Amino acid sequence: MIRTFSFLDVVFIVSALRFTLALAGIAFCGGALLGAVVLVLRVLPLALLNWLAAGYIGLLQGTPLLGQLFLFYFGLSIVGFNVSAWFAATLALSFYASAFLAEIWRGCVQSVPRTQWEASAALGLTFLQQLRWVVVPQALRLAVPPTVGFGVQVVKNTSLASAIGFVELMRAGQIVNNATFSPLSTYLTAAACYWAICFSMSRLSQRLERRLHVAH
Amino acid sequence: MSLIELHDVRKNFGPLEVLKGVSLSIHEGEIVAVIGPSGSGKSTMLRCLNGLEEIQGGRIVVDGTVVSAPGADLIGLRQRVGMVFQSFNLFPHLTVERNVTLALTVAKKMHAGAAGEIAREVLGRVGLADKLLAYPDELSGGQQQRVAIARSLAMRPKVMLLDEITSALDPELVGEVLRVLEQLARDGMTMLLVTHEIGFARNVANRIVFMHEGRLWEEGPARDTLTAPRTRELQSFLSAVLH
Repeated sequence: MIRTFSFLDVVFIVSALRFTLALAGIAFCGGALLGAVVLVLRVLPLALLNWLAAGYIGLLQGTPLLGQLFLFYFGLSIVGFNVSAWFAATLALSFYASAFLAEIWRGCVQSVPRTQWEASAALGLTFLQQLRWVVVPQALRLAVPPTVGFGVQVVKNTSLASAIGFVELMRAGQIVNNATFSPLSTYLTAAACYWAICFSMSRLSQRLERRLHVAH
Repeated sequence: MSLIELHDVRKNFGPLEVLKGVSLSIHEGEIVAVIGPSGSGKSTMLRCLNGLEEIQGGRIVVDGTVVSAPGADLIGLRQRVGMVFQSFNLFPHLTVERNVTLALTVAKKMHAGAAGEIAREVLGRVGLADKLLAYPDELSGGQQQRVAIARSLAMRPKVMLLDEITSALDPELVGEVLRVLEQLARDGMTMLLVTHEIGFARNVANRIVFMHEGRLWEEGPARDTLTAPRTRELQSFLSAVLH
């Protein structure tokens, strides 16, 4: 029985936004923490660790996120861990985000002039002290736009989690569409939600960038 | 026992031999000026002394630390060996005060209060006590270089390595930096400076080292060496620089 698309459907779709945001938020934070570790391994003056980190990044960047989601959801259950869609989606998205963030940040770290490393080395700072006090603070300002830009990608890519049955914005849209068969209204509503989030994130980034620029 | 000891030091960048067996020793309290044409290995030699560059042969001992040995405590050594660069290399995201105190608090684990006191003292010595809260990009080149000297002095180094520290300055700003060095010389600081300021080297340095094609070509007391060079290469270098 097909019913008509109503205000309640809009409410249902918009309320699923909280799962999209929660998934994106956890994945982004997890990805940032793990990405920071990968970044350090990637830039440490130790060839073996650089190579391992580069391999990790290459592997995750070179395979589709949808495949990674399937691997964590179905793959883990085959080896005996029965994981929920929630768990698999946050894990897969975190790993995915860590690889991209590590690579984005590496570019920012490497754009800080070599002379800054030399000056801080000559003062007797250790590698991690140089990174923490001299290089990262300067790389941070450069990192804001691409990091937020990638955050927008994470928000949009949470839609892939619908494929393993995780009910977020996109999956909510599919459910509504199955019942009402009004794809235009349904998916326009979902698209408007994505746009509202991603647009505000870009604006926030611009503001942050200006603030960081003024405050040295 | 000398403070700095180089014995037959060799260094290449790939196939290019930059140092072809350099031996030199510097005693505490000495001021040695290294002169020579560009590409002669002056700066490279200086950068080997605190391990910024690795060497391929020979032996370097600085203040008892064998710099060239694998696993040498370079972190500890660099806290006792100051270095000032041609292009200042101040930390642009930090205030002048924080530029000076960073290594004190982070590397030497000093308290912020004590470090701040040292910062005020050394910035006073270079005549910039009023610039504590300025950022590097608000200062002139000469002021930036004096901050860099203060940053190095704050660590209470046993020796200062100065790498063409006036070369990037506008001519009218060179004087203020050289005056700071003269003051350091009067205070008895051991200094090894790579410089193109021949007149300054003559007046302030005890000893002149002339480098040419990766070798230590000629050395001797500053005045004698500059007025009566023994080798043709130093003669032609001096006449090219002074005219």
